[in-house]
Amino acid sequence: MNEQSREEQSLFLEFPLESLDFMRAGEASSELKQRLKKLGVKPELVRRAAIAAYEAEMNVIIHARKGTMRVEITPARLLILVEDEGPGIIDIEQAMQEGFSTASQAIRELGFGAGMGLSNIKRCADDLVIQSTPDQGTRLQITINIEKSDR
Amino acid sequence: MKLLKIQQILEAEILVEADNMDKEIRVAFSADLISDVLAMCCEQALLITGMTHVQVIKAARICDLSAVVFVRGKRPGPEVIELAKHNGIPVLLSRLTMYEASGLLFSAGLSGINQISDPH
Repeated sequence: MNEQSREEQSLFLEFPLESLDFMRAGEASSELKQRLKKLGVKPELVRRAAIAAYEAEMNVIIHARKGTMRVEITPARLLILVEDEGPGIIDIEQAMQEGFSTASQAIRELGFGAGMGLSNIKRCADDLVIQSTPDQGTRLQITINIEKSDR
Repeated sequence: MKLLKIQQILEAEILVEADNMDKEIRVAFSADLISDVLAMCCEQALLITGMTHVQVIKAARICDLSAVVFVRGKRPGPEVIELAKHNGIPVLLSRLTMYEASGLLFSAGLSGINQISDPH
């Protein structure tokens, strides 16, 4: 497949995310899920993508000032790129540990801050790249392979 | 186990009715944290929870939960009911505690999720 036909078969989606916007929280991932369903992506992959996207979306809403979720869908894979402006992650290894969370008490009372977000994302992804600069922001690149999982 | 039987065992009020109350529920789990819901969800699953805010339904929608039971008589607000209705997620309300509700369903033969499900 050449680059052009690859390009033609790609679908790009973009969702802006706002800090502490709990009214709209989860809407971006829900819309992504609907789009993937309509595209006929296998239900198990849809679920994995939706969970990973939801956790990443909530991380931005809970921890960052603002951010964006961009999704590229090709026949071979889903790429979910979540970038934010925020406090960043000081120790990524520590943040990956189940149970570790820096969420406030108010956030925990909403049922968040379990310290499972990043590990849930990793569990759902075929590949996860986390880049973060303290006091600047965080970038998550989540890849879910379509062809490999369908074989 | 049929959803109707679950409703009867828990003596639950139906807040959002299923299209088919005879629909089959394969497993159940109890959680009071959203990320735990997302870590444990699997097909044909019932969530037993004490959380009554709208994010519970949003999480249920993300991971295709079959139904949600609110325990300890905690009645969710109208926005929760509305979102559940809109997304076709049946919702029950039981006066039992989470422990009692879980125990009764488990004793009646509804399986739990014995390990965090691997989505791959």
